[in-house]
Amino acid sequence: MSWGFLCDLLSGVNKYSTGIGRIWVAVVFIFRLLVYIAAAENIWKYEHDEFECNIEQPGCENVCFDHFFPVSHIRLWALQLIVVSAPSLLVVFHVTYRENREKHHNQKLYRSPGQRDGGLLCTYLISLILKTAFEVVFLVLFYKLYNGFKVPRLVKCDVRPCPNTVDCYISKPTEKMIFLYFLVATSCLCIVLNLSELSYLIFKYPLKRYLKRHNKKHQ
Amino acid sequence: MDWGALQTILGGVNKHSTSIGKIWLTVLFIFRIMILVVAAEKVWGDEQDDFICNTLQPGCKNVCYDHFFPISHIRLWALQLIFVSTPALLVAMHVAYRRHEKKRQFRKGDQKCEYRDIEEIRRQRFHIDGSLWWTYTSSIFFRLVFEAVFMYAFYFMYDGFRMPRLMKCNAWPCPNTVDCFVSRPTEKTVFTIFMIAVSSICILLNVAELCYLLAKFFLRRSKKAGNAKHHPNHENKEETKQNEMNELISDSCQNTVIGFTS
Repeated sequence: MSWGFLCDLLSGVNKYSTGIGRIWVAVVFIFRLLVYIAAAENIWKYEHDEFECNIEQPGCENVCFDHFFPVSHIRLWALQLIVVSAPSLLVVFHVTYRENREKHHNQKLYRSPGQRDGGLLCTYLISLILKTAFEVVFLVLFYKLYNGFKVPRLVKCDVRPCPNTVDCYISKPTEKMIFLYFLVATSCLCIVLNLSELSYLIFKYPLKRYLKRHNKKHQ
Repeated sequence: MDWGALQTILGGVNKHSTSIGKIWLTVLFIFRIMILVVAAEKVWGDEQDDFICNTLQPGCKNVCYDHFFPISHIRLWALQLIFVSTPALLVAMHVAYRRHEKKRQFRKGDQKCEYRDIEEIRRQRFHIDGSLWWTYTSSIFFRLVFEAVFMYAFYFMYDGFRMPRLMKCNAWPCPNTVDCFVSRPTEKTVFTIFMIAVSSICILLNVAELCYLLAKFFLRRSKKAGNAKHHPNHENKEETKQNEMNELISDSCQNTVIGFTS
């Protein structure tokens, strides 16, 4: 079980997506997943080992690291990728449900089980809203947990058993900050894509119906 | 998900590229991605562990490492490869869109559609003409821009392409100017120069491909204008002949250059 499972899931959803949805899948694959696996994971690999405090007191380093990094950036990033891709499962489940229903009744109930109309369109819209909501929630979580998206070189720690206020140094802070900004930028891009897709779908169908009625009147 | 997935995606674009495009793709896969994964990652693997400063002051090493390497070479190359490969996706999306339109025409029973079945549409190789030409040319242009930007960023951040053995650091909390020693500086310099050289080759290939496409475009235009004047019906025969020649050239190149299956 690894990231390959997520890839298969998203490739499956790609079939039932709009053009913008496919761009979203490409952005998630290439600019988020691939960057995470090929580059970002290694930056945070030894973050605990390389976190150094100016003190010999046993336990002080552990306690300070835990105080400043309750959840590591990289784990939050991985969670975000998984949670944000999950709503796409709703669409896949709905299409599977439609196909099973056709098999069960042994007749053609839909024009095509994967066609985005009626209930499937609602499911698709709900998945878009959930994706956007999860993106925003994770960005806010990142902001609140780490007081912004900056990674400082030095943090001052006075948690027991540290005897006084102790200087602790974070490893590779600049590199971590660059990749965090990259994460934020790609999240915002995905939010914009989701909102565009949402508006496109919401306005497309009423507009089609209005144009049909307009043409009928003229005829 | 890893570089293999990127290889699969780009391999699909290979079918619709020019011969120079196929050479570029080969150079990208073999001399950049493979070298990065198989060799370079190991050379930079222990970079912070073996970065040693001549001081016992806690925190000095961390701060000095961060000061001299704001972003590691290996991460910068990974980002460069991702960004440089991405414009090819534009071409893949355009081809997929064209294929989708042809399938729609076929299903409607359009008489203009010349395919016998859907499988033929799926297997068909599109020529680089019309709007696909613009997409393809823009993708090459963006590739060039990204390559140039990353090479400049490299040069600017590391003051050249050499990795020094010794760096003098006086960032706080280091008490004085402290000597810091980089691990494997010569090996890192060799790989850096190799990657820069291959980037330059890729830039040259992209420039050559761009010139080739532009030359073909202007040549076709002038032929059309000339034919329209003298032989209004002749231009279609000439175009079909040119298309057949293109197909022959690219097919023969596909056999000689290492290609990646779609």
